[in-house]
Amino acid sequence: MFWRKKDKAATPAVEEVIVQEPEVIAQEVVAEEIVEVHEEPAIVEGIVVPEPTELVKVELPKRNLSKGFKAVFSRIKFDVENLDDLEDVLIQADFGVEAAEEIVAAVKVRAKKNGSKTEAELKAVLTGLLTEKMTRDDAALNLDSGAQPYVILVVGVNGAGKTTTIGKLSNYLVEGGAKVTLGAADTFRAAAVEQLETWATRSNSEIVKPTVEGQDPAAVAYEAVERAIANGSDVLIIDTAGRLQNKQGLMDELGKIRRVIEKQLPISEVLLVLDSTTGQNAMTQAKAFTEVAAVTGIALTKLDGSAKGGIVYAIQDQLNIPVKLVGVGEGIEDFGFFDAKEFAIGLVGER
Amino acid sequence: MFGNLSERLVETFKGLRAKGKLSAADIDATLREIRKALLEADVALEVVKTFIASVRERALGDEVSKALNPAQQVVQIVQEELIVILGGEARRIQFAKNPPTVIMLAGLQGSGKTTLAGKLALWLKEQGQTPLLVACDLQRPNAVNQLQVIGERVGVPVFAPEAGNGSGNPVSVAKDSIKHAKQKQFSVVIVDTAGRLGIDEELMKQANDIRKATDPDEVLFVIDSMIGQDAVNVAKAFEDGVGITGVVLTKLDGDARGGAALSVAQVTGKPILFSSTGEGMDAFEPFYPDRMASRILDMGDILTLIEQAQKSFDEEEAMVMAEKMAKDAFTLEDFLEQMQQIRKMGSIKSMLAMMPGAGKLKGQLDNIDEKEIDHTEAIIRAMTPKERRDPKILNGSRRLRIAKGSGMTVTDVNSLVNRFEQAAKMMKTMAKGGNPGIPGMPPGMGRAAMPKQNKGKAKKGSKSGNPAKRAAEIAGIQPPKQDNSGSSFGLGG
Repeated sequence: MFWRKKDKAATPAVEEVIVQEPEVIAQEVVAEEIVEVHEEPAIVEGIVVPEPTELVKVELPKRNLSKGFKAVFSRIKFDVENLDDLEDVLIQADFGVEAAEEIVAAVKVRAKKNGSKTEAELKAVLTGLLTEKMTRDDAALNLDSGAQPYVILVVGVNGAGKTTTIGKLSNYLVEGGAKVTLGAADTFRAAAVEQLETWATRSNSEIVKPTVEGQDPAAVAYEAVERAIANGSDVLIIDTAGRLQNKQGLMDELGKIRRVIEKQLPISEVLLVLDSTTGQNAMTQAKAFTEVAAVTGIALTKLDGSAKGGIVYAIQDQLNIPVKLVGVGEGIEDFGFFDAKEFAIGLVGER
Repeated sequence: MFGNLSERLVETFKGLRAKGKLSAADIDATLREIRKALLEADVALEVVKTFIASVRERALGDEVSKALNPAQQVVQIVQEELIVILGGEARRIQFAKNPPTVIMLAGLQGSGKTTLAGKLALWLKEQGQTPLLVACDLQRPNAVNQLQVIGERVGVPVFAPEAGNGSGNPVSVAKDSIKHAKQKQFSVVIVDTAGRLGIDEELMKQANDIRKATDPDEVLFVIDSMIGQDAVNVAKAFEDGVGITGVVLTKLDGDARGGAALSVAQVTGKPILFSSTGEGMDAFEPFYPDRMASRILDMGDILTLIEQAQKSFDEEEAMVMAEKMAKDAFTLEDFLEQMQQIRKMGSIKSMLAMMPGAGKLKGQLDNIDEKEIDHTEAIIRAMTPKERRDPKILNGSRRLRIAKGSGMTVTDVNSLVNRFEQAAKMMKTMAKGGNPGIPGMPPGMGRAAMPKQNKGKAKKGSKSGNPAKRAAEIAGIQPPKQDNSGSSFGLGG
């Protein structure tokens, strides 16, 4: 969910974003003060509470998270005696041994307390537990400071889906009326700039490219910031080259890119793109990227496959980084915001 | 988050050393650790289960109970079994009798197919082949473009009649490329295909159509070494959907343990042919099952290390030392001797480099100053034999003389004497079987002295009763604890 002010000279726009708890609906009262809220934020779960006036709302794309998850629980008989099998199931969903043990222990405690015995009851316990543990109030994009252009820096290992995610996010923001500029700071991989350019065209956003081949990515980032300020963009999204987190030199480069951007503008969001097929190494990635680039959110990609991306549970839990976006395909609309409840339901396969 | 396997096994084995023989329960405890290590290395659960079962069977057999060092034997078995699954002998690319040899690449999105196509082309070219790259990824924006750039970099022509970006028929491009290759007499055709999900039936069918159209000699399944539990599903899907002849593991230059390699090899029964290990076009090599086995278990060269440690410590010396300790006759001479023992094992840093997970320890490695040992040695050597045997007589003027003689300062001499006294006190306590947790003891020694099972062992002349060996264990076998361990011996910071 993205909000931007209509009149750029006016007071800073404030976007309140998807909130998972339905209680927040109560705050709709606040919305009454607002003159120009065009649509009722009815379809989506979260409710928008814009403080200043003249905001344009962007609809949340539809997505289906659950399609890849169902197979998991069909494998085991889910009853009180077989609760230990749950651990295996969670391990197979890439939750990791420790998190799996922890969840099973918690399910046992809660099932006992609630007297849950049937499969449906136990599934409800698990769904509830996962939803609770994974719901966060900071799962929305940080687009509420009013200090436009908002800078979103996108980082991750090779092949995680950074460029595709940027394309989708850009399109989503542009559809909502935002002016978006893309910075092609992946000057390393062959044709990465062209790939981003294709997405820029598809999403009707402007792109800042390197002026010479193999230019210093930090220089491109700097120019992109300059351009975004000059052309009055609402959002600037900067693509970076994929880098494995154990390559110190490349990680240092990322730190430099960050510093260079911050000379002109604060960075609103550093998105770490994680491939949901990644196993336990995702934790190492999250740690390393957080260290150099101060990651503020995770975009979990390729959830349309058979992978479950369970490692994000441990990442949220241990590193305190919220999962914000999910990617579910190659189409421009194939993405959405992370919703803990849907994730849990998708995994357990039942409400 | 995770301790490495060797560290865990050392913990597990500590309790086993004294027994000399492994019971079924001991083996199960060990296997539990191995199971966890495999899962943390992303080996698929079902593969782990079969694997552990077969290791258990072997471990319970004669070969372990009769072995001199049963614990080590278990590790050995694990490694051997891993290598068996990973493919004992490496297989090479199968070339067609009548060129062109067709190699088709398939895999998930982002697994690294296009980059790999370039690396493979370069590798083949260096072997005197004349490869042709074929751009059949018409899906991902600018994948065709990317292949063209890569082709240019490695100096290999690219067959790309379609611009891609969602238009064009990859099957006909593939078909045409073979004709083209025959006409222009290319010896190898490398077909890059679009990334696809295992569950996407339509795209799997398309991949199969490309296969039918090109009748490849090799269908290489390209898989990211960072992949998790899903590796089995993906591998099965590609094996069933396209049919693969071999596997290529990419991004092995990362720090993922790459348990997926094991899953894929086990599930498909197909050999892993190559590993791709970096950004450069030449970062590509044949696959080494033994290296991979060590990597998955994060074992480093632990077997070598154990052997080396065993050689370096003379059993008899250890006995004498243990007796001395018990009698409170531990002197600076012994202290010096111990240090030389440690040194016999080779440079501490190079020893640590052999250790699993040592990469993460870079900072800590640098904290270990081998010069410290030199300094300590110099100070002790500047003492008279009498002083070495009885440090209590070291008064101010003696200390000053020693400092001058060794080129160190009086403070250095003082701190050495202090360290020695603490170490001697602690060892005495330990040798007598007391609680080693005396106050004021340096933290490093505290860990060394921790295991209760050391109690009384010294008298039996068992290895780990030897303080020097324990010190070496700290110095070598438990690298993450290195930060302050061994400080009594002047090794730490």
